[in-house]
Amino acid sequence: MAGERPHPDVPTPRIGADEWVSREQEHREGRGGLTGRALSLIERIPPATWLVVFIAIAAVLPLLMNTGDLNRYGLNVALFALLALGLNVVVGWAGLLDLGYVAFFGIGAYTYALLSSSHCFTETTCGVHWPGWATIPIAIATAALVGFLVGLPSRRLSGDYLAIVTLFFAQLFLTVAAQGDRVSALGLTSGVNLTGGPNGVPDVDPIRIFLIRPTTVEAYYYFTVVALVIVATALWLLIRSRTGRAWTSLREDALAAELMGMPVNSLKLLAFSIGAAIAGLAGAILAAEQTGVFPGNFNLAILITIYAMVILGGAGSMAGVVLGAIVITVVFEVLSPTTSPEKLSLLFYGVILVALLVKIRPWWRLAFVLGGTVVLGYAVRVIAHAVSASSTEGEVVSGGFVGDVVELLVVTPAQPGNWPKYAYIALIVALLALTRLDGWRRTLLIPPTLLLAAFVWETLLVQQPTVTRFILFGALLVAMMTARPQGLLGKLRVEIV
Amino acid sequence: MALFGLRGVSKSFGGLQVLSDLDMEVGEGEIVSVIGPNGAGKTTLFNVITGVYPPDKGDILLDGRSIVGLEPHEITKRGVARTFQTLRLFLNMTVKENVMAAAYGHTRAGVLRTVLRTPGMRREEREIHRLAEECLAFFGERLVGYRFDQPAYSLSYANRRRLEIARATAARPQLLLLDEPAAGMNPVETHEMTELIGRLRAEAGYTILVIEHDMHVVEGISDRVVALDHGVKIAEGTFDEVATDARVIDAYLGSSRADRM
Repeated sequence: MAGERPHPDVPTPRIGADEWVSREQEHREGRGGLTGRALSLIERIPPATWLVVFIAIAAVLPLLMNTGDLNRYGLNVALFALLALGLNVVVGWAGLLDLGYVAFFGIGAYTYALLSSSHCFTETTCGVHWPGWATIPIAIATAALVGFLVGLPSRRLSGDYLAIVTLFFAQLFLTVAAQGDRVSALGLTSGVNLTGGPNGVPDVDPIRIFLIRPTTVEAYYYFTVVALVIVATALWLLIRSRTGRAWTSLREDALAAELMGMPVNSLKLLAFSIGAAIAGLAGAILAAEQTGVFPGNFNLAILITIYAMVILGGAGSMAGVVLGAIVITVVFEVLSPTTSPEKLSLLFYGVILVALLVKIRPWWRLAFVLGGTVVLGYAVRVIAHAVSASSTEGEVVSGGFVGDVVELLVVTPAQPGNWPKYAYIALIVALLALTRLDGWRRTLLIPPTLLLAAFVWETLLVQQPTVTRFILFGALLVAMMTARPQGLLGKLRVEIV
Repeated sequence: MALFGLRGVSKSFGGLQVLSDLDMEVGEGEIVSVIGPNGAGKTTLFNVITGVYPPDKGDILLDGRSIVGLEPHEITKRGVARTFQTLRLFLNMTVKENVMAAAYGHTRAGVLRTVLRTPGMRREEREIHRLAEECLAFFGERLVGYRFDQPAYSLSYANRRRLEIARATAARPQLLLLDEPAAGMNPVETHEMTELIGRLRAEAGYTILVIEHDMHVVEGISDRVVALDHGVKIAEGTFDEVATDARVIDAYLGSSRADRM
């Protein structure tokens, strides 16, 4: 791909412009053609227009999906986007590595659940059924308050140290949530059932805010989207204010920020509290929507998922973290065990083909790769058939045209034995080799790697969907982060210059 | 009465006495240079003034009021802003944002007013923009126009030094502390910096305390020069007085050389 840059036909260097300016301009002009012009056009769209587009798409989504899909995609995306926006305040803007974030999500959910459900604290105190207009603000405030309290001792910590303290807090919350069904103060009182223990709090009331009484998935979806839009607008205003600038300043250099008149410690506490408040809101919605809270809703896997959204989308960019929430939720749901192996296969081959079309330039190299794959695949299959007839009699999972092509090019033994495992190891070796090679060697290695991948897919991966799901998810994350280390919409940050 | 004064300020780190019993005064509108060999305690002096470390003993007065024991951001709010010897810009923020951030201390709008976009908040925000552009325009064409939106990391070294000064002025200080403003600059830029420091007083009215190694700069700007060595004030006076002081020559060149001279 080297040497494909636009020819350096720049007349004379522009006086007064420095490297950064000319690089930016080159970057913009370099994107010639249709995609380049489209990208420049997209860049000129003002953020308010984006918001309108987002709302419009979100508004019609329930018309295009059945309830199950709306729950899996729409509501999940909206909730995770809310969580990602909150985490972005703490991590992306203020630069505080808060690993206790998921606990605030849980505190919001448990607060709502305890105040609006049939939960029994003791045998006599049962069923506090406060309405949503009281419990949602209380849930938000409780989460914000706990965020403040956790921030208080940790505000002088930074980086890894803060991460460890907050991670401990998350673990503490999980322990209390899972075992808080018999809390007694110093053994003086009989046990109070605070959290429902491992069973959580069932029978949580739906949200009731005067006339707003969502009960269906559609209604909760709209409720969450409205909350998301309100939170996003508020944050958008905030990051462009003195508070937002102070947060990014303290992320960049806390000592310099303090010496330029910004009270760093209070600003950290503010970021912690606002992030926690947003997580608390998301928690309250979750509790009402799934009519229950369980310790498993707030485990470290959820924390990592939210982090993955923020990092993949681009920490610091609001549009980025929302996009991250969309991408990760959708990918995770598409790869879920309920998706048929046939669809999964189509997706697998589709992604590989698109990647080849996009990444391999110029066209004759691509033609060589595709042609080489066909010839090599067919030859290997013929040879394999000659050696043992049963080696080509296995089932192909994919149907239709893709299935036909696979059947023509890939060896599909009826009794694969240990071959798939060896092939899997060989595939990993080949992939590693691909990352180390370039030029013609790489081009030569691609066809056998593709065939290996197809063989492993048909004989091993597709047979074990749960494992495959995580392998593909991981591979996708690695690929995306390698392509854009700053995240999809993030800006590249310079640490030391 | 002097705008700013140190009264018997001492600071030690472990067994090392970095500042000992230091007295100093800076009058309103004065430019005072602090010189001394490396390790004389100059930057520590700035750190003690700005509240990075509390002094072990002594008092620091601004406008007749003690600023000892205040948090650094409170000291900045009272009217002391500084630059850093090792540049500490907010590298991933734009040039203009760097300067706007420093207006935090003298602005008010909180989270609620920001989210509600009250008229007062919007007026204040416009004022911050105007102030930032004004502070940057002080440096001529170098930091204005397309530079506003350029990330700070893309600036040249000399422009970073200028941006640090612009950022410090956006905090609206009475006393400006400049820590080696001409370090790493070429002779032309150094000359420009000398003029600039003069203009900061003449046009913007700042009182300036400056640490500088370049004696041309010190000679060009200073009303008075204070020489430090091992945390002790060894000489004070006009540039010529201090430059010819035996103890100053001694501190810079070592005693044996001084004896021979």
